[in-house]
Amino acid sequence: MDTRRTRLTPLVLAAGVLALLAAVTVSTLLGAAELGWTRVAREIVAQVTGGVSPLSEREAAIVWQVRLPRVLLAGLVGAALAVSGAAFQGVFRNPLADPYLLGAAAGAGMAATIVVVAAPAAADWVIGPLPLAAFAGALGGVGLTWLLGRSAGGGTAVLLLSGVAVAAFLTAIQTFAQQLNTDTIKQVYTWMLGGLNTSGWHEVLLTLPYIAVAAVVLCLSARLLDVLAVGDDEAASLGVRPGRVRLYVLLAASLATAAAVAVSGLIGFVGIVVPHVVRLLAGASYRVVVPLSLLGGAVFLIVADQLARTVVAPAELPIGVITAFTGAPFFVLVLRTNRDRVR
Amino acid sequence: MSGLVLRAVAAGYSGRTAVSSVSFDMPAGSWLAVIGPNGAGKSTLLKAIAGLVPSTGEIRLDGVATAALPARARARAIGYAPQTPLIPDGLTVTDYVLLGRTPHLGALAREGARDLAIVAQVLARLDLDALAGRALRTLSGGERQRAVLARVLAQQAGLLLLDEPTTGLDIGHAQALLELVDRLRAEDGATVVTTLHDLTLAAQYADRLLLLDNGAPVAVGTPEQVLRQEIVARHYAAEVEVLTTARGHRVVVPTRPAS
Repeated sequence: MDTRRTRLTPLVLAAGVLALLAAVTVSTLLGAAELGWTRVAREIVAQVTGGVSPLSEREAAIVWQVRLPRVLLAGLVGAALAVSGAAFQGVFRNPLADPYLLGAAAGAGMAATIVVVAAPAAADWVIGPLPLAAFAGALGGVGLTWLLGRSAGGGTAVLLLSGVAVAAFLTAIQTFAQQLNTDTIKQVYTWMLGGLNTSGWHEVLLTLPYIAVAAVVLCLSARLLDVLAVGDDEAASLGVRPGRVRLYVLLAASLATAAAVAVSGLIGFVGIVVPHVVRLLAGASYRVVVPLSLLGGAVFLIVADQLARTVVAPAELPIGVITAFTGAPFFVLVLRTNRDRVR
Repeated sequence: MSGLVLRAVAAGYSGRTAVSSVSFDMPAGSWLAVIGPNGAGKSTLLKAIAGLVPSTGEIRLDGVATAALPARARARAIGYAPQTPLIPDGLTVTDYVLLGRTPHLGALAREGARDLAIVAQVLARLDLDALAGRALRTLSGGERQRAVLARVLAQQAGLLLLDEPTTGLDIGHAQALLELVDRLRAEDGATVVTTLHDLTLAAQYADRLLLLDNGAPVAVGTPEQVLRQEIVARHYAAEVEVLTTARGHRVVVPTRPAS
């Protein structure tokens, strides 16, 4: 039995899963509508056992049609952003890499702005074009960066710089479109700040396949991300094709990011902070960083959204404010208590 | 034949040839040191043998053309350590050495008990046992070089390509590392190719030296044949004296030009 290698022990995995279950449960029991958490708990038990519920039909609908899908969507988006952040940091060997780095945010922002500007009433449509545009914009931004990077010779540094160029270009288009239509600035700005207030089962089912596929691919690639950490030449000397690993890891991470952006706008901080907290607490090997970022990201965003919808209820705070406001001090705390592990 | 054979090998980056016309035969279990001034093409030659840069000519390992080998099979046959390895700071020594098992695993497979046993064995052999759980960033320069060597050894390749393995090491640590490589060569019958800046160390450890200058081989043979005052002076553009110790080792000493 070798305990010196970093691996996901059953105990740590169980703790992560329990934390997630706890976050889902608490967030479903408590919400802006004051239903009383004991009554919600009895409603859930009644649904499972077929007993009598203490809630009215309308109240039950709040729990099952509003709260639960929103909690699950927060979990999905948090998991997607955190695991994508971890993957980007691995591919670029750069601790500051985040899922928006390669033009995903700028692409989504531009596409969303154009939709809002071109069709101000779009938010009221049955199937909103906004998520679709954001999804396509995010993938388009990353695709453009990839093509530009490849034409300039490939390599991680070139790819990063291409991302900077593409983001600047797309943001310029977005700003231009916005300046021509100043009346929609608030709508665009609200979307950019991110939020889960339009979520329902539809959004959960829409994003689940992309995020699930990406999560599986990234978990299976965790060992190869460790190999990439020793550099391209050494990775190749170990029989790994670094370019190919980068391609499918970035593809999976970008797919998850695009799905997350489509339903929640731009939620910052999750993709950087969660993987780093996991590294500091559980070790730097991607075998633990990838799976624990999935769980940690889900828990973090569920808790953040819980705060976003209850702190100033019945109004809502933008979730990006919560993730930065709570995440930053927590991050500093973890950094301070792990001083010897940080250089 | 068993061992490493190069015939008219040329290699380089993006159209520029960094090294050409290299031919030699190395019996299995021997040690060749590639020497030469900065920019002579030593590292490129090692990378060409490892299959990391495009090359022409013929490279055969134990009778098999390495170019015909799939990437993983080649990685099981050839271990490579670059001059300045990227050290993933946060990984533990064990995690890092485990990466050496990559060519023995399927793309999605996990390490098994056998891989862990091999890593434990390598750590013990390199006296890294006590450091096994430490993060790489906490190691000294000498310990890091040993960890890199351990990672290469975990590959269990018959050919070890070590690019300047003593970079940044003091005289004692450099000696200890080369002694270690020599012991592994004797015990495992591994074939070793190193580049070395220190000509005196190269003369003491390698069976044969290959002197490159400006991308071309200019001398090859035993240390006594290659390390001659006029050869070293010409190709390194240096004033040197070549001495022979009581035990018969060549020693190259730079001497200050007379003013």
